[in-house]
Amino acid sequence: MTQIATGADSYAAQFAASAQASALPNALASLRDDAFHCFDRLGFPTTRMEDWRFSNVAPIAQTPFVAPERTPTYGQAALDALSLPKLGGPELVFVNGWFMPGLSTTDGLPAGVRARSLAEVLVSDPDTVLPHLGRLARIENHAFTALNTAFLRDGAVIEIGAGIVVDAPIHLVFITTGGGVPVMSQPRALVLADANSQVRVVESHAGEGDTPYLNNTLTEIVVADGAVVDHYAIVREAQAGFRIGGLFARLGRASNFSSHAITLSGAIVRHEAHVVLDGEGAVCTLNGLYLGNGQQLVDNQTTMDHAKPHCDSYELYKGILSGRSRAVFNGKIIVRLDAQKTDAKQSNKALLLSEDAQVTTKPQLEIFADDVKCTHGATVGQLDAESLFYLRSRALSEAQARQLLIHAFAADLLSHIKIDAVRRQLDTLLTERLPVGAGG
Amino acid sequence: MLEIRDLHASAGDRQILKGINLTVNAGEVHAIMGPNGSGKSTLAGVLAGRDGLEVTGGTVTFKGQDLLDLEPEERAREGVFLAFQYPVEIPGVNNAYLLKAGLNEVRKHRGEPELDAMDFMTLIRERMALLQMDDTLLSRPVNEGFSGGEKKRNEIFQMAVLEPTLAILDETDSGLDIDALKTVAGGVNALRSPDRSMVVVTHYQRLLNYIVPDFVHVLSGGRIVKSGGKELALELEAKGYGWIETEPATASV
Ligand SMILES: Nc1ncnc2c1ncn2[C@@H]1O[C@H](COP(=O)(O)OP(=O)(O)OP(=O)(O)O)[C@@H](O)[C@H]1O
Ligand SMILES: [Mg+2]
Repeated sequence: MTQIATGADSYAAQFAASAQASALPNALASLRDDAFHCFDRLGFPTTRMEDWRFSNVAPIAQTPFVAPERTPTYGQAALDALSLPKLGGPELVFVNGWFMPGLSTTDGLPAGVRARSLAEVLVSDPDTVLPHLGRLARIENHAFTALNTAFLRDGAVIEIGAGIVVDAPIHLVFITTGGGVPVMSQPRALVLADANSQVRVVESHAGEGDTPYLNNTLTEIVVADGAVVDHYAIVREAQAGFRIGGLFARLGRASNFSSHAITLSGAIVRHEAHVVLDGEGAVCTLNGLYLGNGQQLVDNQTTMDHAKPHCDSYELYKGILSGRSRAVFNGKIIVRLDAQKTDAKQSNKALLLSEDAQVTTKPQLEIFADDVKCTHGATVGQLDAESLFYLRSRALSEAQARQLLIHAFAADLLSHIKIDAVRRQLDTLLTERLPVGAGG
Repeated sequence: MLEIRDLHASAGDRQILKGINLTVNAGEVHAIMGPNGSGKSTLAGVLAGRDGLEVTGGTVTFKGQDLLDLEPEERAREGVFLAFQYPVEIPGVNNAYLLKAGLNEVRKHRGEPELDAMDFMTLIRERMALLQMDDTLLSRPVNEGFSGGEKKRNEIFQMAVLEPTLAILDETDSGLDIDALKTVAGGVNALRSPDRSMVVVTHYQRLLNYIVPDFVHVLSGGRIVKSGGKELALELEAKGYGWIETEPATASV
């Protein structure tokens, strides 16, 4: 791999090289250009910025990441070694942001449903995606969104035709692997669920190796009138891996969208979910479960933008933190002037298993309508001593008792996960990964 | 079975138990009565290994070993069972799951094989019948949303499943109506045996009509100030505690 100068220069050089290497439709080339200029102007965020006050991404800014070309040698054995959940349906695998047809399958998709590589669509059928790319994920004010868009080459495009119900969940697997080089992967996913369709999309993010890498992902989801979309983002980055993820969704009339953000590992993991409830009667659920230990930073940011009347939103985030890990939860609820009869609920709960773990939580309400219900709450606590004693007095070891209680804390979130293979695996991972000793 | 010698215990900076002496032999039922705040639950908690209670003096020997040296779960596996005065609600932890896990720990400790799901359910059904427990309580989270009476019944049901050698019942009768009291007492009596001892903490003589004790002790100000047979309970019911507390022989601090 070529040696790259550190700092903005390296990104500029890589951007220029990438622009040259890819034969892109003009509209996209100019979006990428704009995005790179935005990134160049914004630079990486610092803790002086309100939205990043508690999330220091200096380790990302200081690492000279390299945008890798395709990694055709990545094989099935390496993929299997990651033991991602087997969902038994269509699965699109991406390595360092590039689609891997040999590792993927689209068997079992009903007629009227397509799951394709973005690079392929940009060649064969660009008009399907061009109107949507960057429409929800705005490049102007967000360095990572701009960076992803500037380097946009490949990703997943899922289209579900009107009225079609897709039974098997569609699995998108994003793997980052640098083989000793600090790579940056910028995958993109676009989900277009047409009127009254139903689909479940599971994103698995995982990485390999001890070298820092950046998995900077963006997902844009258009949920048309009456459509039902369940989305999962399961983040299992390598210990040294950084993951910044943006989920953007626009909800049509009487549609139903839910997203579950599950963060299990990674050095810095930031997950942003921005949803616009843009049709009357839309319902949105954003759930999150995050584990932190060691020196990890786990940051969840949500925006629930109620733009139309009679929409309901539910948010429940729960964190389990040990070691010296830190978590941030910022939940913004906007209720626009029009959005009467809004019902918005938000709750963030954190369980601290060690003295040094920390959580910062900030609800933000911006309410411009007068006939609305908004409730929000945040709690931070330890394992209940009386419950621990009770369980131990019934002959359970301290470790068993702690594990049961931790599990119980996450139980309601797990019960909302409707894909058995995902829920079962999380169950197991929770049991395996959680520190059960008193020290955390 | 249980030998408590000059037991002193404190919580925070507060001395609560100030020299308890009590011997409980196999098969005996001892009732402990006494005014609010006299230290009854503290004594029960010290025996079960509750956190936050510090033993500042004395010894407790259980089946020949130093009980105070054991972790709460080791005590439970050795056969100590505490029916809580205020059973805690534990959302997200299934009642049946807890019982099965606990029972299998106890069995492992005794060198018995773990019960499979079938055998466990057979045992459970039998013990539930004993307590006339509603089936649905089993599949619910531990004590969550249980009525006061259901919580107490659940405690005795757990005892019936775990089959302890020393059962400490802390005000298991309070909050029970007379029918529930009879059922719970019936369950307790069914578990009486020559090699099982019980310490029954109560405020009311009424319970002792159903669970007839061999001895009654009055705990006051962190000490046992009077001991007697079951008649003592009747006397306490009639006269209250005042006459004992003012007796000069036991009034010293
Ligand atoms: N953790 C604690 N910290 C401080 N004081 C405590 C603690 N636990 C108990 N106490 C106090 O010690 C005293 C004895 O409490 P205990 O619960 O043993 O009484 P009790 O005899 O069981 O009373 P009751 O009949 O009301 O159940 C009370 O005054 C109580 O407030
Ligand atoms: Mg008490």
